[in-house]
Amino acid sequence: MAVDEQTVEKLAELARIAISEETIEEVSSRLGDVLQLVDQLQSVNTEGVSPMAHPLDEVQVLRSDTVTEADQREDFLALAPQTEEGLYLVPKVID
Amino acid sequence: MHQLTIAEIIRGLRDKQFSSVELTRHLLERIAQHDSNYNSFITVTGEQALQQAAAADERLARGDAPAMCGVPIAHKDIFCTNGVRTSCGSKMLDNFVPPYDAAVVENFQRAGAISLGKTNMDEFAMGSSNETSFYGPVKNPWDTARVSGGSSGGSAAAVAAQLAPGATATDTGGSIRQPAALTNTTGLKPTYGRVSRWGMIAFASSLDQAGPIARNAEDVAHMLSVMAGSDERDSTNLRRAPQDYTADLDNPVAGLKIGVPKEYFGEGLNPETAARVQDALKEYEKLGAKLVEVSLPHTGLAVPAYYVIAPAEASANLSRFDGVRYGYRCENPADLRDLYMRSRGEGFGDEVQRRILVGTYALSAGYYDAYYNKAQQVRRLIKQDFVQAFEKVDVIMGPTAPSPAFAIGAKAADPVAMYLEDIYTIATNLAGLPGMSLPCGQVDNLPVGLQIIGNYLDEARMLNVAHQYQQVTDWHQQHPDLASAV
Amino acid sequence: MEWEIVIGLEVHVQLATQSKLFSGASTQFGAAPNTQACAIDLAMPGTLPVPNEEAFRFATMFGLAMNAEIGKRSVFERKNYFYPDLPKGYQTTQLAEPIVGPGKIEIHLEDGSSKTVRLHHAHLEEDAGKSLHEDFHGMSGIDLNRAGTPLIEIVSEPDMRSAAEAVAYLKKIHSIVTYLGISDGDMSQGSMRCDANVSVRLKGEEKLGTRTELKNINSFRFVERAIKVEAERQIDILEDGGSIAQETRLYDADKNETRSMRSKEVANDYRYFPCPDLLPVVLTDDYVEKLRGELPELPDAKSARFQSDYGLSAYDAEQLTQERALADYFETAARSSGEAKLAANWITGELAALLNREELSIAQSPVSAEQLAGLIARIKDNTISSKIAKQVFEAIANGEGDADTVIEKRGLKQVSDTGAIEKMVDDVIAASGAQVENYRNADEAKRPKMMGYFVGQIMKASKGQANPQLINQILKKKLDELL
Repeated sequence: MAVDEQTVEKLAELARIAISEETIEEVSSRLGDVLQLVDQLQSVNTEGVSPMAHPLDEVQVLRSDTVTEADQREDFLALAPQTEEGLYLVPKVID
Repeated sequence: MHQLTIAEIIRGLRDKQFSSVELTRHLLERIAQHDSNYNSFITVTGEQALQQAAAADERLARGDAPAMCGVPIAHKDIFCTNGVRTSCGSKMLDNFVPPYDAAVVENFQRAGAISLGKTNMDEFAMGSSNETSFYGPVKNPWDTARVSGGSSGGSAAAVAAQLAPGATATDTGGSIRQPAALTNTTGLKPTYGRVSRWGMIAFASSLDQAGPIARNAEDVAHMLSVMAGSDERDSTNLRRAPQDYTADLDNPVAGLKIGVPKEYFGEGLNPETAARVQDALKEYEKLGAKLVEVSLPHTGLAVPAYYVIAPAEASANLSRFDGVRYGYRCENPADLRDLYMRSRGEGFGDEVQRRILVGTYALSAGYYDAYYNKAQQVRRLIKQDFVQAFEKVDVIMGPTAPSPAFAIGAKAADPVAMYLEDIYTIATNLAGLPGMSLPCGQVDNLPVGLQIIGNYLDEARMLNVAHQYQQVTDWHQQHPDLASAV
Repeated sequence: MEWEIVIGLEVHVQLATQSKLFSGASTQFGAAPNTQACAIDLAMPGTLPVPNEEAFRFATMFGLAMNAEIGKRSVFERKNYFYPDLPKGYQTTQLAEPIVGPGKIEIHLEDGSSKTVRLHHAHLEEDAGKSLHEDFHGMSGIDLNRAGTPLIEIVSEPDMRSAAEAVAYLKKIHSIVTYLGISDGDMSQGSMRCDANVSVRLKGEEKLGTRTELKNINSFRFVERAIKVEAERQIDILEDGGSIAQETRLYDADKNETRSMRSKEVANDYRYFPCPDLLPVVLTDDYVEKLRGELPELPDAKSARFQSDYGLSAYDAEQLTQERALADYFETAARSSGEAKLAANWITGELAALLNREELSIAQSPVSAEQLAGLIARIKDNTISSKIAKQVFEAIANGEGDADTVIEKRGLKQVSDTGAIEKMVDDVIAASGAQVENYRNADEAKRPKMMGYFVGQIMKASKGQANPQLINQILKKKLDELL
């Protein structure tokens, strides 16, 4: 199954991954190969089978509502590419 | 000294045959001397290792040494290490030094183990050959022109090349077992939820599980006893108390019912590999085990289901790498969109990008039912196959990988061919079952792995079964001609 | 043409937990930027979420208060999109299996009528951080303190037909969450935020018109104004033969207009799927029933009880039960004074005016419920008149002490000494020859009205402290003697 370049561009936009003009054809073709592989799924009848998101049928254990985290801001900010006045900086956010 | 197993090291340290500092220094020297041939380490933490070793020696002298006190190991670079760069094999995290430890790392620290450094891996654990690493491929110590397998190729190669007696690893679709098979090491992927995922960088959350790679089942048992345990920080952790996995190693295997799935011996399996696996099964028969043919009819759908589910989960798991709070940020972003597009476009390698795009596709409007939902239904069918098989047998055995190590570059251009490397291992991840690989022979001087799949939480029995085989065979003791590789 | 407005609301309510929905970081408002964003909130690699028990308890209580089905099994999903205030690149929320299913509540309108609004569902989710747009060399600053704060998003059916109904619904939600104590409901701090889906159609038409979504309208007043102005905009377009674009719009309170948020119009595909880091949350019947048993009395029940127990009018009861603190205040004042109606009048009258003037909440009232009760008791036992009571009330509010202290200190005690009053009446009659003459010559029917002059003079002479009933009684007798 082939994936057209427009689809790849749409996916790349959703996933926020820049794909260069030169590689888009190759990306499309390889993506097509993978989708051809996964299309084998269509061969099996799964009517009435409930989807399985987790391998074990466990249920969630909840955490008690207590504050356990101390302020580690300086440790974390030190990892960031650009910060100022305790804030993470990004190119202007326009609403 | 580098040939010692973990069990031997534990005894040797307690008996004062050598000190942890001596052993650690020796291994660090070997890494410095030889690892350029294998590229199994991304970061070596020599100074820190020697400090830890000195502290361990003091504890050993005082007699309050915990289980693995003074034993040097290596950690896959997917586990966060406080103060030590944790790259996950990616340019994206080339500069990332976490201020916290993964639960697995904490557990080994608590047990007194020494960390030699961080091992190479496929980028974000996405690969079966270690060729997707930003730091270059790991070379197989048995033949450096060949792949080590992946994604835990660095851990497997480090153990095979006797640079470390054991190493931590992770397995999402075969990433412990397949490199173990290709490097003649013993590796175990525990039941999903047995080992905490806290601090282990996620690839596909519902499939990822950490486990050890070492030289034999006994060493794997020692390591698993330290690694596994309850952790409230991981919602999917099964919260089982730690246990001593070495306790059952000596049980006899007479009467053991071994399921042999016919689907694991079909088309695509190298006939020589098949023959070595059959030899191993015969060995088990000699030990009194019974072979029972079982069927896992949905085996052929495991790879397709996996390549929907794993990329879907990964596509969301990897969204946090956005160039804002840590990791790679592109130069001079023009605007917010440009920051995202280029940081991720430049920071992620091809295979990671491909999987993110596949996952995005599988979840996108109009395709969710046909892909994601369908794959999760097939996943249940695959699990049911195993549940039915385990009604009749104690363990299931078959090949780990379809063929021995292939040449570096041989499958790099064909993702689908690469994906089929994991055809026998992926189903256990989908089902959450434990699986392991142990050496069972060679084909043209290249190792072959026997896979043992166990029932849920049955790791102790699997290790017992593997250990008994290793008592009557010496495949696991074979090692590559390391001198010739240098 | 007569148009009908159709409104559905999505209300986000921050839950008053100590820690976040998936981490142990504090949720306290107002901390320095990023000091309450822990490794999990920052989406550091390898970190994992563990849900907060209290958030589930609060959400369940809310569902019960809304007469809704409780999701005994609820599942968190990931909603994928990129935004700098969303560190993981997805929001952990609920979609297919939310904690609260369909329900319904009564809303009460100003004209005394009531109406049922259906709840579509309510789900738990995590809040995002904040983008600060002050200029950092042309960049924005990101504060992630709020990231991960638990929210319930409450989604109504499109059952409201006017801005007033929307406000009544919002007030009802506010009143329920504050009664339950699951949120402070403070709209000014963003603890409660509202999006409105607005469309219009010709009256009698069954098909819904194309709707627009008004984002983040953050006060009751703005909700009303935003909906009105948006409905007018839509009607103008339709009457001019145009059509409505389905889009997200922002209400600009300064200009009192809505405008399109084009940045949000890029086709979103959120790619929801179950969060693999979290397992289904299963609540037992026992758990839910126990919470049901522990629910506090809610506004409607309280209002009904105030009417039956205290004989309040429906209107007064409604007013007094909107806020739990106010209802508690009333009940304390009513019980300790034994005069429920007087208490209600004082609270909705003088006290409400005072609080409004000083911009205070009932919790900050300078006159406590006990003090008000003390004041009412002195009115009741004729120690002071209602008129003097207003003076005393102001004095209490100014911190001069309780009613008895103020009355004592200022010497405001009502004069009920018959002799003293008789003397005052005699003095006034003696000094008012002309008025007495007029009174005598007037028609029988006009005389009661003419008494007002004398009463006023006597009150003046007593500095307002003479008992008005006694004045009337004695004055009437003495004037009649002159006839």
